[in-house]
Order: sequence, then C-alpha cells, then structure tokens
Amino acid sequence: MSTGNMNLTLKVWRQKNANIKGAFVTYKAEGISPDMSFLEMLDVVNESLIHKGEEPIHFDHDCREGICGMCSLYINGHPHGPKNAITTCQLHMRTFHDGEIIVIEPWRAAAFPVVKDLAVDRSAFDRIQQAGGFVSVNTGVTVDANEIPIPKVIADEAFNSATCIGCGACVAACKNASAMLFVSAKVTQLGMLPQGQPERYSRVQAMVAQMDAEGFGNCTNTGACEAECPKEIKMTNISRMNNDYFSAKLFREEATHDHAGGE
Amino acid sequence: MSEFKQTFNSSLGKKLIMALTGLFLCTFLIVHLGGNLLLFRNDDGFGFNLYANFLTHFPPIEVIAYLLYLSILVHALYALILTIKNRKSRPVSYATVNKSPATWSSKNMGLLGSILFLFIVIHMSDFWFAYKYSHKIVYKEYRTDLATDKTTSVAYNPVTPDFEKSVSVENNVEIVRVKDLHARVANSFSNLLYVIFYVIAMFAVSFHLLHGFQSAFRTLGWVHRKYTPIVYSIGTWLFAVIIPIGFAAMPVVYYLQSTGK
Amino acid sequence: MTLDAKIPKGPLAEKWSKHKFDLKLVNPANKRKYDVIVVGTGLAGGAAAASLAELGYNVKAFCFQDSPRRAHSIAAQGGINAAKNYQNDGDSVYRLFYDTIKGGDYRAREGNVYRLAEVSVNIIDQCVAQGVPFAREYGGLLDNRSFGGSQVSRTFYARGQTGQQLLLGAYSALNRQIHLGKVKMYTRTEMLDVVTIEGHAKGIVTRNLINGAIETHSGHAVLLATGGYGNVFYLSTNAMGSNVTAAWRAHKRGAFFANPCYTQIHPTCIPVTGDHQSKLTLMSESLRNDGRVWAPKTKEIAEKLRKKEITAAQVKEDDRDYFLERKYPSFGNLVPRDVASRNAKEMVDDGRGVGGSGIAVFLDFADAINRLGKDAVAAKYGNLFDMYYQITDEDPYSQPMRIYPAVHYTMGGLWVDYNLSTNVPGLYALGECNFSDHGANRLGASALMQGLADGYFVIPYTLGDYLATIGPKPVDVKHPAFEKTKQDVLAYINKLLALKGTKTVDEYHRELGLIMWEYCGMARTEAGLTKAKGLISALRADFWKNAIVLGDNEEVNSSLEKAGRVADFLELGELMVDDALARRESCGGHFRLESQTPEGEALRDDEHFAYVAAWEYKGDNQPEVLNKEVLDFEFVHLTQRSYK
Repeated sequence: MSTGNMNLTLKVWRQKNANIKGAFVTYKAEGISPDMSFLEMLDVVNESLIHKGEEPIHFDHDCREGICGMCSLYINGHPHGPKNAITTCQLHMRTFHDGEIIVIEPWRAAAFPVVKDLAVDRSAFDRIQQAGGFVSVNTGVTVDANEIPIPKVIADEAFNSATCIGCGACVAACKNASAMLFVSAKVTQLGMLPQGQPERYSRVQAMVAQMDAEGFGNCTNTGACEAECPKEIKMTNISRMNNDYFSAKLFREEATHDHAGGE
Repeated sequence: MSEFKQTFNSSLGKKLIMALTGLFLCTFLIVHLGGNLLLFRNDDGFGFNLYANFLTHFPPIEVIAYLLYLSILVHALYALILTIKNRKSRPVSYATVNKSPATWSSKNMGLLGSILFLFIVIHMSDFWFAYKYSHKIVYKEYRTDLATDKTTSVAYNPVTPDFEKSVSVENNVEIVRVKDLHARVANSFSNLLYVIFYVIAMFAVSFHLLHGFQSAFRTLGWVHRKYTPIVYSIGTWLFAVIIPIGFAAMPVVYYLQSTGK
Repeated sequence: MTLDAKIPKGPLAEKWSKHKFDLKLVNPANKRKYDVIVVGTGLAGGAAAASLAELGYNVKAFCFQDSPRRAHSIAAQGGINAAKNYQNDGDSVYRLFYDTIKGGDYRAREGNVYRLAEVSVNIIDQCVAQGVPFAREYGGLLDNRSFGGSQVSRTFYARGQTGQQLLLGAYSALNRQIHLGKVKMYTRTEMLDVVTIEGHAKGIVTRNLINGAIETHSGHAVLLATGGYGNVFYLSTNAMGSNVTAAWRAHKRGAFFANPCYTQIHPTCIPVTGDHQSKLTLMSESLRNDGRVWAPKTKEIAEKLRKKEITAAQVKEDDRDYFLERKYPSFGNLVPRDVASRNAKEMVDDGRGVGGSGIAVFLDFADAINRLGKDAVAAKYGNLFDMYYQITDEDPYSQPMRIYPAVHYTMGGLWVDYNLSTNVPGLYALGECNFSDHGANRLGASALMQGLADGYFVIPYTLGDYLATIGPKPVDVKHPAFEKTKQDVLAYINKLLALKGTKTVDEYHRELGLIMWEYCGMARTEAGLTKAKGLISALRADFWKNAIVLGDNEEVNSSLEKAGRVADFLELGELMVDDALARRESCGGHFRLESQTPEGEALRDDEHFAYVAAWEYKGDNQPEVLNKEVLDFEFVHLTQRSYK
C-alpha cells in the first residue's frame, strides 16, 4: 500500500455560502498517488485541512462510480476534467503530471447558484423534470410488459438518451449555460417510446417552459455539451426536442401547453 | 394569438426565428452571387447595370428585397436579445478558459455577425442607398448595333436627375441609358482598404455560415442520419467556400484590374 | 417478547391475495386527510412515495442528496429478477421463490419471499409502462440474462445500468406527484430522529443540510427507506453518503434491528489499490455469465504474476485453476455471491492471489471474446469494461480483470412484519433498510426487485390497514414529544460539535472499517469477534473524546454530517459483532469458521438457529436484548445448500 509521490498545486474556489462572495485559495496537494481518483486526492487535502483546524473544501459527491451525477467540478477549463466520457469521481490522478497547477471551480450558471465552495444547487433540473419528465401512469398497470413490443433500435436509442445522470456538465460546458441537452434527453427518451406518445407534445412544451423559467441560456449548437457529457448524450436529442416543440406549438391543434400529468 | 407570442418568446421560438431568417439570407446569397457574376462580363457593366435596374424596379423582387432587409434586422436583433440572455445565464464567469471542444466559428457567431452587420450597413449605403436615393451615381449610354451585335458605351447626362432608364431603337441601333452602378463598383474596388475590408467580411461570411447553415438545420430539428451529412457538405462547400470566394473575387479582380491600368 | 410476523395462514400461493382482501381500506375521500412521511427516495422510498400519493395520501419525502434521483439504487448494475418465464425455460413464481429461499440459506420467511416472487411480474409491467428502456431482442420483446444462484434466465436489464433506469422510472413517478402537489419533496435534508407519541411513530426530526435548521415533521405514519449499512465497513460498494443513521435512530427509539450480521460480500469488485481508497467499485455479477473466474494453480506462478514477470495470458491453460467451475460443475461461475466470495478469499489465503497486492483473482473474458467477438462482448458489458479501465488503467478486452470481494449489501435491517411494519406501530421499513426477504444471503438482481416490490406493491396495501385503524384525526403537532425530540437532537449535535480532538472522523471510520472487515467480514470466529467487540467499544469511547468536528450547526457542515453518521456506525458495529457472536452457525453471508462442512461450505444449525435475531435497544452502553422470531418452514424442505 503505497502513498504516491505526485505534488500538485490546487487553486480552489472557496465560498462560504450563496450570499457571501467567494475567492480562489491555493493549496498544496502532496504525496498524491496516480491511482487515486480526483476526489480521493481532495479527501487527502481535506484530511490535512481538518487536522490544521481549517474547514475542508466542500464538494458534492456520492456514489463515486460515475452514475449518481452528484460530483460536479470544473477542472482546468473542463467540466469533470480533461478526459472524455467520465465524471469527476472517475478521473484519476494519473491524468495529471507531477507539479501541475490545477484550477477547480464550481459549475457556473445563474440557474445553478453556489451552495458552498464547489457545490451548486441543481434543483432547477428537478423542477424541469417535475414539469413533465414522466409518463402519467399510476402504479398497478395490468398490461403485460411484452404487449408493448418496441423495435430494438428504438429501445437502444431511447436508452442512449435515458443514460443522462443529471450532473449538469452540459450546462457547465456550454458558453451560454444552456440546459437543452439535459432537457432534450428526457424529451427524446419518452418521445421515442410508445409509452411516451400520449403526452409527447404536451411534455415537451411543459419542460421547455420550465427550462426557460429557470434562466438557462439558449443553445447555439456549439457542441460543447455533447463533447463534455460523461454519458455521451448526443446533440441530436436537442434537434428532436426542437422538432417536437415546433410541431406542438405550430401545427398540432390538440397539444396544449398545460401538462397536468393527469390525475 | 397569445399562443404564437408565447412560442416566439420561448428560447426555442427565438432560435426558430434565427434559423429561418438565417436560411432565408443564405438563399439570398446564392441569388446575389449569381447576379453579381455579371461583373465579370467584359461588357463595360452593360449586363450588370441592367440587372441592378431590374432588381430595383420589378415589384415582386422589391417586395422580397424588403423582406430581406427585415430578415437582416430581425436576425441581428434576435441575436442581440439571445446574446444578452445568454450572458445573463452565467453571471459569474470561469476563471479558466473554457477548453470544451467546440469549433471556433460556433463560439464566435456574435463577433462574426457583428462584422457582417457592419459590412452590410456600409455595403448597402455605398451601393443600394446611393443607387436608390442619392444622385451620386452617373449614367451610361449603351449603343448596340443590332446587325453586328457590337456594343459601345459613353457617359450620359440625363435631363432630369430622376431619370432611371430608357430603351429605344434608332437606325437599327439599340440605345440603352441606365444608371452606371458598375462605375461605382469599379471605383470603390480600386481602393485597397475598401478591398481588404470586403475580403475580411467574406471571411466572416465563410465562418458564420460554416456554423450557421448546419446549425439552422439542427435548430429546426431537421437532423437525419442520411441527410444531415449532405447539409454539412452544402454548408461547408457551398456556403463557406464557394460563395465567399465568389464574392471576394470581385473586389480583388477589380482592384488588380485598376492597378493594371 | 414474542414477535408476531403476521404471516397470513393458508396455502403459500394464496397468502398475499387473501391478506390483501383482509386488510382494512381507507375511504378514497379520507385518504387526503392522512400525511405520510417517506424517508429516502431510492427504489423503495421513491416508489412508495409516488404510489401512496397516487392513492391520495399527502406525502412528505426526504433525502439527504441534492435530488431524489441520486439515491444509491442508481448504481445497481446487473438487473432485476422477475418470474415472467418469457424465455420458456421453466421459470415460475414458485421457482423464483424457491431459488430465493435457498439462496438466502433458509433464513428468510416463506410468506414474504413468496409474495416477492409473486409481485415480481407486476414490477416489470409497471416499469415498462413508465418508459424504462429495458434491453430488447430484435423482435421487440424483452431480453433476459442469467444471474447467480439460478438456472433460468429471468433477469431483466438495461445494459449495466438497470438500477439507474429503474430509479429514474420511480423518480419520474415521484416527480409527477410533486408536480400535482401530492408529494412535498425535501432534498438535502437528513432525518435524525423519530418522534413517537404513545408508542406510535408520528413524525421525524430533520436537519436541513444547507442552513442547519432542525425541523420537526408530523405524519400519520413514517416510512424508512434509507438503504443498507454496508458503509460500517468504510470501504464498500455503497455511496459515500450511504449511512445507517435514520434506521439506527429509529432503533434507539424502539424499533428492533434484525440480523445485523448478515452482510453480503460481493465477489466481483475492483481490488483495493491503496490507503487512500474511499470506496470500492462493483463489477456486475452479470459479468460471470461470460467471464471465467480463475487463479493460478500454484503459488509460484502467482508470485511471478504479482511481480509482473509474466502476464496472465502467458499462464498456460493447465496452470490455471478455474476453481468455481471445478468445485461447482452445475452452477460453475454462477454460484451465489457468498459462495463465490469465500472461494476467492480461499485462493488469496492460499497464496494464489494475483495483482500487485496479491489480493485478487482473475475474471477472464478471453473465451467469450473468442466465442462471441469483441463487439458482442462490448455491447453487453461495454460500460463496465470502460469503468474498469478508467479505474485500473488496464484494458479488460486484452487482459483479464482483477477482482476481489467487497462489502456490497446488508441483508439485515430493521425488523418488520409481513406488513413491513416495525414493532413500533406507524413506523415502517422498506427495501434494504428492512431485513425481510433475503435471509442470510441475497441473490443477484433481487435487491431492485425487493425495493420496488415493497414500494409499489406492498406498502400501498398494508399501510392502509394501519391508517384505517388509527383514523384520520390530524396528528397533534403541539404534542410535547415533538419539541422534546427536537431538543434531544440539538443536544446530540452540540455534543458532536464540542469534539475538538486530534483525529478526523474519517480516520475513526476507516479504523472501524478495518476492524469489521478483519473480524466480522468473510470469515468470523468466536475469538476474533470477541476481540472486535473490545476494539470497537474502545474506538467508540476514543471517538467521543478525540474526534475533530469543525464548524457550526447553522451552515453546510460535512464534518458534522459525517460525525453523526460515524457515531452511529460505531454503535451498529458492535451490535453486528454481538449478532455474529450469538449466531454460532454459518449461513449465507455469515460464515463462522467453527461451523463448516468437510468441503468448507457454510454449515447451518437449523435446530438452534432457524430464527430471526431481532435486537432490542436498552439504552446507551447497555447490552441489547435478543428477541427471536422462529422461522417456520411449511413448504420447503431445509437442506444443505449445494451448487455442485
């Protein structure tokens, strides 16, 4: 069991809470092993801070296996760090070199206010999902699962959209802080499947309306979201969402804006 | 009606407006380039001047022209609105430079668009406005011998300043008198700074459309495994290469001709 | 005290239908007069909150994460079992029931397990209706894979992200109810105590993790769906935030804690790389469908591998010991988890472990890649292979994975009856938080099944019975019990904040984990457990003297959050050891070295230990009292488990 021999300089955004201005603070991370994950490296720094009686660096994290979507660090100009298709918790220190300066910032977006240090409030995402990211079906359906055959390609495509972990890297990467990749992934997943058809057009309107209300920016199709998404969600989702939205708004008589969810 | 208002006030609605006006402007570029190729005809501007006159005097085209001006304004206005909104969406910016991979043009549409807007203002005031509303443009008389089909030209001074165009046949010679926009073009393009400005603007057109053309299709939701690659190659080759080169060639060729004289 | 599990009488297959009919109903118009508190928003909690709100109850749901979608159910990889028999391979509700009872080494209730198997089919229907994108075959119908402990293909899956997709399904149902105003969601809120009035659970005390506000919430019933306690081992496949606090505080308010020593050690995890390790990553059991587990036949070869003198590929076929295939020809690599884990440990103890530390065995896909092609293997397990590569920097397509067992799931939990009610009326426990359905060992792809069964299909029925009994009278929020419990919580927090010692909370946690892993892990002995008890007790005493807890209550304070959780783990750890000591037999995940068959398999003692151990809290530093619920086996015949 070896501790490592990498020494790094960290420039970390520290901010006590949403109402107090923050600033960068420089820390030394010493004796870092290349096998550590990025968050384990921060654990080591935090342990030494606690020993010195200083407040540890606060950051969101939970599953540490790349699926819960909680970790959210903007590392050296990239959400989730420089490697593709992984979350911060899966980023390992072997990606960096000894002596490197690492700048760590929180996600920056008006819709993601800082909670403390590197943790931000992403409840805007939940509210968008609450607006319509569901199929209105009560518990206790009696239709057998296999009575709804779904072509494998459709199921696979829907799955690709469904893998979104809601981390917000798309917003963090986008120069406009747009949430369209996130919103479109859910719209597309349910819009492609037969189960999602009855509410397809009301859903997209309700979710887009909530997205706008949360203060996210607009998509300019730069593709940064797609490039930084740890689950490699594709931008084609955004086009699909736009298509559904315009049909709903401009051509479909029956689609109303009100997405009651049906009781 | 409020439903439409709501639609076009939404983020997607604004993008829809950007995409539709953008694509409309793209189609105009094709027509504009086609017409302007007349500049390369060695006829002392005969064809070009007739074309200019036609464009400003054929009512359906005039209607489309005003639609076009409106599109430019709407496209620019919405770009401004969206940019302000997008800036507000990230009140605190990152300390590090965003390194997320995205094409340069896609990240600089605002800058490119601003260059283009400036260009359009200058371009239109120099040619369109001067042509239509000022008396700065001189006139030319083209005489075509209908037997030999040979054309000669001389300067012409109209009786009234409101004169636009006349066509008559005398002694088997067709006499066409028309505003000589061509002369203004040739004059403008003999100025090196002016030519450089045009060439820069055409680079802006190129990069703006390299992203803009395919982006408009994405925004409209027209993506398809089979057709999207075609859209990409049209956007790249036609709109970002052929058209800007075609336009840029005009000032360059005229400038070179002017220095050769 | 005698524990009544309230298992309905009658034939196995009719128990649940009959019981559902016998349960009292709440009039639809009255449902809106009831408030129900749901703590935890994973599969069990999310499903329960949504389903109860659909019925018309007012639900308040709580989670400590920033969103209900982050609950650790999300990390379940492999799949969910259901007795659909879509593969026509002889599956049935009875077979799923039987496999689960047997897999649990005959330490689960027949009635509960049968019900679980019975509702399993509804779960799949429900999830598909919600838009969960399960894997499908080219004909458009649902695909299945095999999992350990069964000889049929009954596992439904969504690549290696089944838990994620199921949780997002439950989350979407929950979102719909939040949207409709039937569920009030409290995120970044941790439950710290249960409020009881005249013996009935009537509310909870919570801490707002943003501003530290200590709040009380009232309800006609409190449902705990707060997951397992695997993090008592510090290193586990659980999320960093997974904790026992809600369940433990409920235990301290009277709810019995059942079978705490039943811990599942999952055989296929990525081995530990160093002291910095904060958690362990599971490689789905589904990998054992196509991967072959092996260790070198001799110590010498293992030594060469450890020193990197040779690579795994250079070990000749004859020098490899595919020990699971050798010892268990009929189940092969798909033996239950406890069996696979113990065998891996045996290899390592025998000096035949591989990898730098020598604490690992191989999981090899070379055969599968030859047989199916790399693309087919990637389609099935691509995301798992990628994950392995990210963590280890080794490419599993070209060299075998190194795996070793790690703590994964806890079968023990709050004691509940057939209605999922703890012995405290009005307090319910669902999902991994309760002890009910997996006996001494859980079969793969059964956790998701149980969580959703409890949340979607059991609690909506059984809770109504209790609520109808107590009536819709509003809870008296002015009752002094609320203020009293709140003050207790505040006092406890202040006690923690007063700790200004020299050791970090994580250091205590890590130390506790090492003790638990060493003495209460894969192999347990009387002497070791006795020693562990002393060590834990001393560690706990030291914690309350020397721990460092920084900051104040009125702010985001991860130091305080962790301290509270670790303090509870320090108490739970000792109870686990007590339970392991008291159970002088081996069964499933509980392996006492003193009790094994000549072949080294877990040897049960049905005569003395066919019971559920339900521990009763008697006050700080008092020994807990063991209550026994005897397990009746009416329908299955108890045998020595064999997977040969």
